[in-house]
Amino acid sequence: MINIVNVTKSFGEHKVLDNLNLRINTAETCVIIGRSGCGKSVLLKHIMGLLRPDSGKIFVDDKEVNALTPRELNELRMRISMVFQSGALFDSMTVGENIGFGLIEHQHIGTKELLERVEEALSMVDLCGIQNLMPSELSGGMRKRVALARAICMKPQIILYDEPTTGVDPITADGINELIKDLHDKLKVTSIVVTHDMKSAYKVADRIAMLYQGKIIAEGTVEEIKNTTHPVVHQFINGFSKGPITETLECFR
Amino acid sequence: MPLKDFFIHIGRSVISFLYLLGGLTSLAVQTVYYAFTPPFKVERVFEQVKKTGNDSLPIVSLIALFIGFIFALQTAYFMQRIGSELYIASLVALSVVRELGPVITALVVAGRVGAAITAELGSMQVTEQIDALETLATNPVKYLVVPRFLALIVVLPLLTLYANLIGILGSYLICVYKLGISGNLYMRVTFESLLYKDVFTGLFKTIFFGIIIALVSCYEGFNVQGGAEGVGRATRLSVVKSFILIILADCFFTALFYFIFP
Repeated sequence: MINIVNVTKSFGEHKVLDNLNLRINTAETCVIIGRSGCGKSVLLKHIMGLLRPDSGKIFVDDKEVNALTPRELNELRMRISMVFQSGALFDSMTVGENIGFGLIEHQHIGTKELLERVEEALSMVDLCGIQNLMPSELSGGMRKRVALARAICMKPQIILYDEPTTGVDPITADGINELIKDLHDKLKVTSIVVTHDMKSAYKVADRIAMLYQGKIIAEGTVEEIKNTTHPVVHQFINGFSKGPITETLECFR
Repeated sequence: MPLKDFFIHIGRSVISFLYLLGGLTSLAVQTVYYAFTPPFKVERVFEQVKKTGNDSLPIVSLIALFIGFIFALQTAYFMQRIGSELYIASLVALSVVRELGPVITALVVAGRVGAAITAELGSMQVTEQIDALETLATNPVKYLVVPRFLALIVVLPLLTLYANLIGILGSYLICVYKLGISGNLYMRVTFESLLYKDVFTGLFKTIFFGIIIALVSCYEGFNVQGGAEGVGRATRLSVVKSFILIILADCFFTALFYFIFP
């Protein structure tokens, strides 16, 4: 279970997260939606301990992330994987080395098992046999899937996805959505998916939360969000150019 | 108000220099801590030694050889006037071993290797690869900085020793083939004029030059902001700051050795 309690974070004058509260239950897939630049990725980085909140606390299975020692934090990170928006593959390593990085660094397994685990992870994302390619030789969609393979290779209990379907074709996007669902259904992985792709959100979510102006303004099941009367959420999920979100921006201008 | 602007500019420069010193000190402490914390991955250090050494060898050879040529010719200009051409050997040997070899090698490595380190780490920073390392429970300082830091501490003295020999060779070629000094005599004068302390003091300071290059280049790489433009800016700053700190450190060590080993 992940519990985010009163988290506030500012970058200079700009308050990105403002007393944010959110709870994600074990084995649940929670999709966080919101406009680009509203702080969704920042929230994921807080859960990973990559950023520290100005105030508030984040608990992962009752352990407060920011109170952990570096060793404890690394132990926690062995149980959580993150798929970055850009893939964040290591340029200087082959696809195989990228996927097996965590195993090589921390689990000291034999070469045979390592190769099997890498192959297994690649087959899960439908990319068998590309272990020896370099990341620069991959297309955008392939990079994203390799990043996903790297995340699942460690067999984590929690996976954080930062816009997993952005910038990939609709068929690849659907494949990624299926994979997220499979991991949830078969392995009972707890997932947080940050996206503004509503098709993807509806497909994978157990629960959807909307982040707006640093706060979670609405949360509920897919049906509840689809039928919401909240004007901001309604404008966002339907992709209307006119509504309270854009009117607020107009006021500032 | 130009005077007010002037003081604001000075104040900002001082604050930014203090930030740099603070950042470098913090990185240095972490680097030393992780260098002595297991697990030790010696192969990563070897990989960096190979990379930094190989990358720098051609340019160091070329520059050291030409420094030897130039220095011999410039010295000959005066020595021929007073009929003391033979002393060119001593003068070149002492200048190259004590000063020119270490400093020129450090500046070349700062420009060649330091810039490459900043560009590499900077690109990793802007493409979230450093964040990815952390999410994979791997400390970026231990994984990226420690091998480069140790490699430069090893490589810079070795490269300097090599540059010293090449510089002396350059001067030898000019003196023997242009000025007509006997080769044996040149080598004898060279080795007679050099003391162990000359070689030691020259090589000792290159360890600190290596530390400066590693820390400044990694620090600037880690602190890149923005995209490709940020990487370019950080690379430029890394080279400039390394040059300034190397010259400052050289000045300090030269004064220190002057008083310790008069």
